[in-house]
Amino acid sequence: MEFRYLPMTESDKVEMLRTIGVDSTDELFSDIPEAIRFKGQLNLKPGKNEYALMKELTAMSNKNVNLKEYTSYLGAGVYDHYIPSVVDHVISRSEFYTAYTPYQPEISQGELQAIFEFQTMIAELTGQPIANSSMYDGATALGEAVNLSAAHTKRKKVLVSKAIHPESLEVVKTYATGQHVEIVEIDHKNGVTDLNSLEKELDEDVAGVVIQYPNFFGQIEPLAKIRELINTQKKTMMVVSSNPLALGYLTPPGEFGADIVVGDTQVFGIPAQFGGPHCGYFATTQKLMRKIPGRLVGQTTDENGVRGFVLTLQAREQHIRRDKATSNICSNQALNALASSVAMSSIGKHGLRKMAQLNMKKARYAKKQFEEAQIPVLFDKPFFNEFVIQLDKPVSEVNEALLSKGIVGGYDLSRDYPELTNCMLVAVTEIRLKDEIDQFIKEVGDINA
Amino acid sequence: MPKQEFPLIFERSKKGRTSYSLPDLDVPDIDLDADFEDSYVRKSAPDLPEVSELEIMRHYTGLSNRNYGVDSGFYPLGSCTMKYNPKINEDVARLPGFTHIHPYQDPKTVQGALEMMYDLQTSLKEITGMHEVSLQSAAGAQGEWAALMMIRAFHEANGDHHRTKVIVPDSAHGTNPASAAVAGFDAVTVKSNEAGLVDIEDLKRVADENTAALMLTNPNTLGLFEKEIMEMAEIIHGVGGKLYYDGANLNAIMGYTRPGDMGFDAVHLNLHKTFTGPHGGGGPGSGPIGVTEELAPFLPKPLIVKENDEYKLEHDRPQSIGRIKAFYGNFGINLRAYTYIRTMGAEGLKKVSEYAVLNANYMMRKLENVYDLPYKQHCMHEFVLSGKKQKKLGVRTLDMAKRLLDFGYHPPTVYFPLIVEEGMMIEPTETESKETLDGFIDAMVNIAKEVEDNPETVQEAPHHTIVKRMDETTAARKPILRYTRTDHA
Repeated sequence: MEFRYLPMTESDKVEMLRTIGVDSTDELFSDIPEAIRFKGQLNLKPGKNEYALMKELTAMSNKNVNLKEYTSYLGAGVYDHYIPSVVDHVISRSEFYTAYTPYQPEISQGELQAIFEFQTMIAELTGQPIANSSMYDGATALGEAVNLSAAHTKRKKVLVSKAIHPESLEVVKTYATGQHVEIVEIDHKNGVTDLNSLEKELDEDVAGVVIQYPNFFGQIEPLAKIRELINTQKKTMMVVSSNPLALGYLTPPGEFGADIVVGDTQVFGIPAQFGGPHCGYFATTQKLMRKIPGRLVGQTTDENGVRGFVLTLQAREQHIRRDKATSNICSNQALNALASSVAMSSIGKHGLRKMAQLNMKKARYAKKQFEEAQIPVLFDKPFFNEFVIQLDKPVSEVNEALLSKGIVGGYDLSRDYPELTNCMLVAVTEIRLKDEIDQFIKEVGDINA
Repeated sequence: MPKQEFPLIFERSKKGRTSYSLPDLDVPDIDLDADFEDSYVRKSAPDLPEVSELEIMRHYTGLSNRNYGVDSGFYPLGSCTMKYNPKINEDVARLPGFTHIHPYQDPKTVQGALEMMYDLQTSLKEITGMHEVSLQSAAGAQGEWAALMMIRAFHEANGDHHRTKVIVPDSAHGTNPASAAVAGFDAVTVKSNEAGLVDIEDLKRVADENTAALMLTNPNTLGLFEKEIMEMAEIIHGVGGKLYYDGANLNAIMGYTRPGDMGFDAVHLNLHKTFTGPHGGGGPGSGPIGVTEELAPFLPKPLIVKENDEYKLEHDRPQSIGRIKAFYGNFGINLRAYTYIRTMGAEGLKKVSEYAVLNANYMMRKLENVYDLPYKQHCMHEFVLSGKKQKKLGVRTLDMAKRLLDFGYHPPTVYFPLIVEEGMMIEPTETESKETLDGFIDAMVNIAKEVEDNPETVQEAPHHTIVKRMDETTAARKPILRYTRTDHA
């Protein structure tokens, strides 16, 4: 069989073996003890030619219901948004996607500058002074934030609202285990964090309080009141996980005094792709600059005084500090950060506000139609682009029926919140049309009846 | 490439320009602000750029021209496996049925995606010789940490709470000790011997009843196969510890030997390295973990299982360490790796390792008399040279790395592993032709000559790049981590 990625010819091989002074390539593997040699051939499917493989994998992809052919109301942390065409054209440039971490600044100014611009955009959006170059995703960024709050305050307890994404909560718990950080869950009440419980649990041992804004139910948490409560304890940090698109309209957490703001930039130029790769972001205050996890790009000048960019403050990182590093993260989500940068540049200063408002207006229209159709909408705080409806039947049953109508229904909240039986989290983004929304509500009404 | 400052996207911005094309507002307009307390409505818009679509393309095309990838030229960055990134992988990853699927869709509607993941898990089990594989971890470092968390959970399930120590060779990747620390262990170093391999006597000294695990890369970061691996496994297993395999260097051994057969209990793989990810300018990667049957119950949630020809996400795993990432790993990267494995098959993957090792040995022998070669035996897929001869002449490895930029190459990994003075870690990979290797060898020979005849040329390098060496000290002392508008246009 031919292998188009392997340029070795028989004559090259003979010449190279002669240079090395061995008769066969097998001799080069002689350090592998006989007892652990793999005999025979790995049991894998045989290699396939390009055309045949493309055909097979296209057929495999067609077994999936894709959101470009169905109308979807699934959100719950991953959203179907408008992606400007420029995004894929930029990230398909192989000088970007076939490079690695920009260790050699002289030939990596493109990537370094793009990251510097990403850091700037995230700082702008979140209202924080600084941001890093990316994390794996929003959930792991939150896990790192929780551990950083514990390390910085030298305390071992963190209060986490149950109105954050349930998977983020689980990831936070896993991250906290290694550092012996205790996670105390704060209940939700009427769709937002229960401030009475929060107040009760807040004491001098609390390293940080974790809030999602907008929260998992789409509701806007009262960050000003929460900050006031946190202020009763010295040093306790406010950690906010935020959908960055919502920050095109909402006051950024930084203005409420958040110490760390994290989240995922999937909403900007990154398709759902079954949950990953997306792109976590991590923004914080000047005070925590030298403790922030992950890579940072800084501006400097070269020997001739020309402006340029470098990886900086690397003394925080694993390849320098080893077991004393602030985090073990090495590879991050650079290409997705680039995709988000391009999307944010394209949507731009005014487009962002407009896009956020389109989400809110279409979601409010849908909410109103549900109410008019006598389908109760739970919770009464202001919301972004998601809200909760109360059905008479299990969400799974309703969704199955919707699917046959070409609709992917919303998220089944009973998966994570037993008290929210028959409750569906509905996401309405800017790409949904009025007619689609009307049809969705009619179908839900019919199925629910 | 133009030798001038390149404007930031913010500096190209002009009020009133747009590049977006948002959907129409086709529902009745409403006053949103009425819903909110005033303090929750953002007062000033975030200062994102205002540029036209062409300006965006010019900007990012300009940036890409100021960057260097594998498609630009030879990139022998040791331990990073900078091999060719096949284009079919990119096409497959952009099929709408893979790109536009939501993680919370009913599993019945994503059978194609789950089938791919299941098949990839199965392939990786075979390649590594492990009992079970999870695709959850987003990168190598996360895989390391997750596997250590599993080892920790395993020991705790056995009531072994005193196992607080993770042994790491002095030649290990920095992520190893960092991951151990994040997982709550104390990292303890085991020394290398004169041959560049783990010192067995020292291993016996540090391994004891408090040992949770040994983390090992095999071949190690010097590119040498730890041939006493079976003795090492016996020592660690003898004290009740587990063996962890850092898969950064798997490219050397596919089809020749498997971590599972060497006695490892847990492994992570870097799909963006061995399995053509690509590297993306620093990520996203993917770092699946494979484990023995004994450790399998502790794998992160969820796992892909097959029941009666139907693929399912198994969430009910009571002994699992829990979730380590939202959703199901970096699906898009896993898909690329799967496409690569399906292209190569068993025969192709074995040739990959054969040629990766042949290329590395060829370069090593061509360069061993020009630079100092600290370890003389055959190498595997990479080798490490020392620049100590050149250092005596006043030229550092860093200078030579910068000089390579003038010849159009990405330099090797430098000053790593830490146990080699002025180290240069060279990994050619199997996708490079003999002509490319010869060109690089010539450049290295030339540079060594320059060091003797004309050291300033090397010390002052690079000469032909768009920027000269950067002032990294000022960057760290007075950090500027974001652009701040001065004109408020």
